[in-house]
Order: sequence, then C-alpha cells, then structure tokens
Amino acid sequence: MFACLHVPEMPSSQEATLIECALAFSPVVERTAPDAVTLEFDGTARLFGAPEQAARRMAQHAAAAGLRARVGVAADPDTALLVARGYPGITIVPPGDEAQWLAPLPVEVLVPPPEIAFKLALWGVRTVGELATLPERGLAERLGAEGIRLQTLARGRSQRPLVPLVRSDEFEETIELEHPVALLEPLLFLVAQLIRQLCERLRERALAVHELELELALQDGSKHARRHRLPVPMLSSRSFLKLFQLDLEAHPPRAPVCALRLHAVPAAPRSVQQGLFIPREPEAEKLELTLARLGNLVGEGRVGAPEAVDTHRPDAFRLKRFVVAEARSPGPSREIAVALALRRFRPPRPARVVEQEGRPRLLLAQGVHGRVVKVSGPWRISGDWWTADAYAREEYDVALADGGLYRIYRDLVRGGWFVAGSYD
Amino acid sequence: MAVFPHPLLPASRLQPPRFDYAPSGLTALDRLTGGLPRGALTEICGPPSSGRTSLLWTALATAATRQETCALVDAGDAFDPVAAAEAGVPLDRLLWVRCGGDPERSLKAADQVANAGGFGLIALDLADIPSRILRRIPLVCWFRLRRAIEGTPTVLLVVTPQPVTGTSAALVVEMKGARGMWSGAPNARLLVGGVFEVAPRKPPHREAASFLARTAWAR
Repeated sequence: MFACLHVPEMPSSQEATLIECALAFSPVVERTAPDAVTLEFDGTARLFGAPEQAARRMAQHAAAAGLRARVGVAADPDTALLVARGYPGITIVPPGDEAQWLAPLPVEVLVPPPEIAFKLALWGVRTVGELATLPERGLAERLGAEGIRLQTLARGRSQRPLVPLVRSDEFEETIELEHPVALLEPLLFLVAQLIRQLCERLRERALAVHELELELALQDGSKHARRHRLPVPMLSSRSFLKLFQLDLEAHPPRAPVCALRLHAVPAAPRSVQQGLFIPREPEAEKLELTLARLGNLVGEGRVGAPEAVDTHRPDAFRLKRFVVAEARSPGPSREIAVALALRRFRPPRPARVVEQEGRPRLLLAQGVHGRVVKVSGPWRISGDWWTADAYAREEYDVALADGGLYRIYRDLVRGGWFVAGSYD
Repeated sequence: MAVFPHPLLPASRLQPPRFDYAPSGLTALDRLTGGLPRGALTEICGPPSSGRTSLLWTALATAATRQETCALVDAGDAFDPVAAAEAGVPLDRLLWVRCGGDPERSLKAADQVANAGGFGLIALDLADIPSRILRRIPLVCWFRLRRAIEGTPTVLLVVTPQPVTGTSAALVVEMKGARGMWSGAPNARLLVGGVFEVAPRKPPHREAASFLARTAWAR
C-alpha cells in the first residue's frame, strides 16, 4: 500500500519537515511534488496497525510538526496522490475501487498541461470520471501520449514503482553565534549540543561515527579545525565530548569562536563476537579516551605502538597509533628464549674514554664510570652517507669493574665517545 | 580470650589474598613464586645491569603468547623497540608511553592505563629514576595503583632500583649481580649474554635462582 501526504499551499521551507514526517513511517519515500510526498508502508502493520490506523497516525505526526496534511491511501502511488489532492482529511481507497473514488474529483487534480486542460474544458470534460470514460483511440488521436497517461491515471490503473529519496549521507551540524565565545566551558556546552544532535541522527539511521571533525570559525577570520579519526566506529556522545575537551585543552583556538561546524563520517557500527578463550581487551571507547588523556599528559607523539623503521641506523623507530590487535585463541605455551635487554640512553650520554692500545680502558660518563675489565669490538656500522644525516660509529660492548655491562661507541662523523645504553 | 581483628580492617583482608598466577616466562622464577600474580602489584628491583629489563621483556613476550594486550609506561624513555622485537616482544600488542624522565607523570600515566582496563600486563619502568626520588613517592600512590587492578586479570609490574612499593606489592623480586658471558680470545671477545640472580623477597623465600639471558647474536 501507498500513502500520500499532501499539504495544500505549503511553503517550500516546510518541505524538509514533510519529508521527515514520511521518513518516520517508512524508509521508502518519494518526493512526488513540492507539496506532496508518497511512501510505501507495506509490512509496517505490526508497527503502525492497519492502513486506517497508520494513516491517522501519519496525520497526527504531521499535525504535531505543524502541518495540516491530507492523507490518501491506495494500492498505487498515483491514486494515493490524487485522492489526497481531491479529498480533505484521510481517504482510504480499497484495492479495485480506485476508479469509483476518483470519478467525482475535478479533472484539475490530474494537473494536465495547459493546452490539454484547455481542450478538456472545451469538450466539457469536468471530472476525472468523465475523462476515464472517453474512447481511448479518439483520445490518443486528439491528445497524444499525454492524454492516454492522464486517462490511465483517471481510471486508477497506473502502475509504477516509487522513486525513493536518496537520503543525504552528510552528517553535519552547525551553530552560528551572535556573540563570540572566548572560554572553553561555554564552547564545550555548544559542542555537546552539536554532538548530541549528530549522534541522535546517526542513531536513527543505525550508524556510528568513524571520523569527527570540528571546525571553529574564529573572530579574526581564520578557522581552527580539529579532527578525530576513531579506530573503530563508535556512537558515544560522552566519549566524543571528552575527546574534544582534551583536544581543545591541548590545542585551544587562538581567537574567540563565532561559529561551529561538526561533521561526522558515518560507518556501520562494529559487531564483535568475543570468544570464550580469548583474553579480554581494552574497550575501544575507553582506550580512545585513555590515549587522548595520555597524549595530553606526556605530549603528542609520545604514546603509541612502536614500529621498527626500514633502516640500519641504530635506535631508529617510530610510534604509530595504538590499535588493539585482533586477538586469537592463545596457542600452546612455548618456551621464550630469555634475551639480554639493552636499555637505551636517550640521548646517548657523552663520555670520556681512556684508551690503551686502541681499546677502551677507562669510561667516565654521567652515572657510568669505572675501569673497563672486558671489551668486545669494535663493531663498525655506517650508513646514509648519501644524505646530510650520515652516521658512522665504532661500537663496543664493555664490562666495568663494578659488573655493569654497557654499549659505548665512538662517533666517526661528529667525533667523541658516547654511552648508547646499558645491558640489563 | 578470643582475639578480634582490627575493627578498621576490611573483611576482604582478613584472609591472605589468593591470586591467579600468570607465567613470567622465566622458568627459574616461576618455579619459586608460581609466576606473576594477577590483579596485584609485582615489584622487580635491582641495580643497573642486574637483569631487570631482561625479565620485563620476557614477561611481555610471554604475555603476548597468551594474546594479551600489554602496556609499558617508560619513565626513563629507555625501551629499545627494535631489540625488544628481536627478543619476541610483539610491538603491535604493546602500548608504549614515553614519559621523558618524569616519575610523577609516569605514575599518572600508569594510573590512566590501569583504569582503562583490559590490559593483560602493565609495566611501569622506573629503573632509571634515582632511589632518593622514588622514596619520596607517597605509599598511597602505590596503593591507588594496586586498587585500580585489584580483581582484574591484569599483571602490574613495577621496575625500580630499590624496593619502594612497600605493602602494596604482593610479590617483590630482587635481582642481583650480573656476570657477563663472553666468548673468544681476550683480544677478540664477544658478549654472548649475562647470568643474573633472581630472589623473591616478598613473600620471603630462602632460595634464589639464576638465569642466563643471551644477546641477539648468541641465541
């Protein structure tokens, strides 16, 4: 069944409201005319009841939104539109009775082109029923294909699928302020409002957020944009607000804010099936907040998952965004070979080294000093000689008299000795 | 006359706590202590070059074989990711927080990580912070950390130069004296590893064990 919501003489500003009303009852909605929308509501009986009840609820819903809508219900969308245009209130057309219900309506409800309307008036055709009874061949000879189309509508035999509205995938909320906001707390109050509205819209569409961007228009004419790319789709307005709070505390705008725009990139919500024997992992929402807090605490670029870099340069690594790796069922326990760990000194500690026969014999550095009792090396490494940041060094592993094990090196590019770290 | 417990003692403390233990990966230590207690604080203390970090890396690598997510709060910024990866520490399962030598920030970071939940092992590496600074940390900080993981399957390791966590630690492991293992002639030596001694101090244990940690090129 199809229902048509028609609001006579509706201002164009209320078109979006009318569409929202229809979308509350069915996802398949067609914008049939500037003042009418048609929706297919087959299969919604358990939600909204029989067609009569559903039509009544549609009219009530529209009235609550400030629209005095006429509702026409029929087995085809065109008849639903015509009865909505022709009859006030709610009109239900039983299947098979379309022609009977359409017959008394004035021919203007078909909205014929002006030249056809003129000819019909000349012929004395005033109602839809009179048009429906005209001979088809004669009508085709005099009015062409358009005449036949109008007659098919008049007989209630129109068969066409709806052309559903493609709902916009743009999730954006904006606020323009009369007076600029200079403090974080009132700004967060506004951000919270935007987040709440956006989350509500996404929840209606059963979507989550994959990326959030907050753009602040500043009083000095510049823009201040902050973006959060979430590791997994989430829909938690509290978490989003906290993320922006931490972010704005770390990166405050440099001028008062005149307007806010919040844009979300939607994604399907994640579904997770936890295994009985898979260890518990940090919750994505909590982890994201924790990472943001840690970033605020220790500074950006100092929190994440370490990653080796494709180079032979000593102590080369980078930090990437920490994402919980997918857990698998733990395999059989295996013996781990205990490795001798090296603790790095960052930056390497400058040292004074006394040499004897070309080998270190005494080491003096901050916190590390003593007679070298055993030494291994030199181990020469070099690279990046084709760049300005070339490295070349002679590394030694040394044992001091107090039992300490250290890695020291002589920098062949810049000169001098350094302690790279201690074995521990 | 019946002896009543202290009226301010919580009921949960009337009985000595029972922990689940996770293997540390160091067979010698696991034999003595049963492993690392879950939901409790374990302190590994010892001087430089005593094997504290080797034990820490082994625990991280072992936790990863159990598919657990780990976090390392690195006060002294001393973690070497490349060498750790060679030692079996999976970097993609490790959250590394570099605190730049600030113990206060490290404690706050460890508190944040502990309260996030879901980590199998959290390590707070304070080995490079001088003992005189660590001793100034109020005991309530350690108590707070312990409370954050109590009742969870998280193992909390704190690495320090000297015992500082006091009553908050369920297990204190003292690392002792290093002995470098070298191969080759005196003028062509190669460091192949170190022999370290590990002795549980809390609960008191008379026995100690030693283990050999090998360098990457000798494994």
